Amino acid sequence: MNEKPEKLIDKKGIRSDGRKADELRPLKIQVSVLSNADGSAYIEHGKNRILAAAFGPREMHPKHLAMPDRMVLRCRYHMAPFSVQERKSPAPSRREVELSKVIKEALEPALFTELYPRTGVDVFVEVLQADGGTRCASITAAALAIADAGVPMRDLVVACAAGKVDDTVVLDLYDTEDKLGAADVPVAYMPNLNAITLLQMDGILTAEEFEKAVNMAMDGCKKIYEIQKEALKTKYMVVKEASEE
Amino acid sequence: MGGEDFMPIFFEKKQLVTPGEMLAEGEYLPGENTYMEQNKIYASRIGLVDTDNKKVNVVALRAFYVPKVGDIVIGTVVEVGFNGWTVDIKAPYSALLRASDVLSRPFKPQNDELSAVLNTGDLIVAKIASYDRAHDPQLTVGEPGLGKITRGQILHVTPTKIPRVIGRKGSMISMIKQETGCQIILGLNGVILVTGKAPEDEELAIEAIRKIEQESHTSGLTDRVTQLLKERKGKIEEKVEEKQE
Repeated sequence: MNEKPEKLIDKKGIRSDGRKADELRPLKIQVSVLSNADGSAYIEHGKNRILAAAFGPREMHPKHLAMPDRMVLRCRYHMAPFSVQERKSPAPSRREVELSKVIKEALEPALFTELYPRTGVDVFVEVLQADGGTRCASITAAALAIADAGVPMRDLVVACAAGKVDDTVVLDLYDTEDKLGAADVPVAYMPNLNAITLLQMDGILTAEEFEKAVNMAMDGCKKIYEIQKEALKTKYMVVKEASEE
Repeated sequence: MGGEDFMPIFFEKKQLVTPGEMLAEGEYLPGENTYMEQNKIYASRIGLVDTDNKKVNVVALRAFYVPKVGDIVIGTVVEVGFNGWTVDIKAPYSALLRASDVLSRPFKPQNDELSAVLNTGDLIVAKIASYDRAHDPQLTVGEPGLGKITRGQILHVTPTKIPRVIGRKGSMISMIKQETGCQIILGLNGVILVTGKAPEDEELAIEAIRKIEQESHTSGLTDRVTQLLKERKGKIEEKVEEKQE
């Protein structure tokens, strides 16, 4: 499975997993999948499988972390030991601590933190299977979990990556491309407010390539947003239709 | 919509919207679960949109209870303290009930054993006496009808659906009370207490409230609930008659 393909992109411009340069992986999103959480979402983004659960707003524990003037958002990104080929230690790694922070900061601008001072919202992201681009899929799922918990939001947050593979700028890198490619640019985006809440770059890109990658990732975000919105609506449409008979 | 001045609305009546969806532009006012930015109104929760004159409201399908002074709530005592109790009212903040309020006489810690009056796990009906951004809500039970709950059944509904259970000018709730002969106390925090003469009556009232919760956004609900209650009541009476024979 992890054999290195000779070329990541063939002469026709088809990538090693059969996609075109600006094509997303197949997506499936479900909302309200956990009954013990206030809100939850499950996303299948290519081979990524991620669960997100949200709690709150509720009293902060430990109390000293509560802020007197605003709500605190806490995130925990965690990869299950079986989520990658080689067993991953369940203890939080440096990477997971960093991603937790990055996800938190990508979601925070979407919340009205000033509305509920002294409280906290907790988001737990559990990666069940990883195949590149988990931070992006995690943000997409976590935003849905928060919305499902009934926490007021300025906008949903969607995330998608673009990068450079074999001198070509491509959308939504998967594991092999991420590891063997030249660069990766994850972008989190609030589509209705047209605001970027996360922008990272790993690797080397020229200024033109970077701009192209950001624009491509934003377009990808817009496509994912439609699926994300639909997932949220479907859940509540069922409720609505059931009542209308 | 058509024919009015240049004030576009971007939704149909009772349309399902998600956080971040733009609802209107121009001379409109942001109502419940919406917010305004650069003269545009956006939804901040999942729900159904509606306009009330110039005001755009979203009836949230997922939300939590936020305390308001004067609200009647039903809570659980979670902690007995030195001079009062901590009460869980299903809100982002836990509420405080002071001993002097319950005892209605000067309270001396050396004479009074608070756990003898109210212990952890006890349910109380209370009114919110004070609450603001900087302080946790304080409860009072110093009014008729408030205090410890000694019998009846408790059920939980989404707090946003309480107005529907009350009905227009209390039509729904008074109808259920009349049909089932139960006493019903609606906690605005989404907790409902049903007390009847017989468990069957209570079950019937609970069934009716559950139906309202599920079908809350449909019209003609009062009639359907009345019909349900009459049908069920007939069956119960038949059973009673059979037993007597």
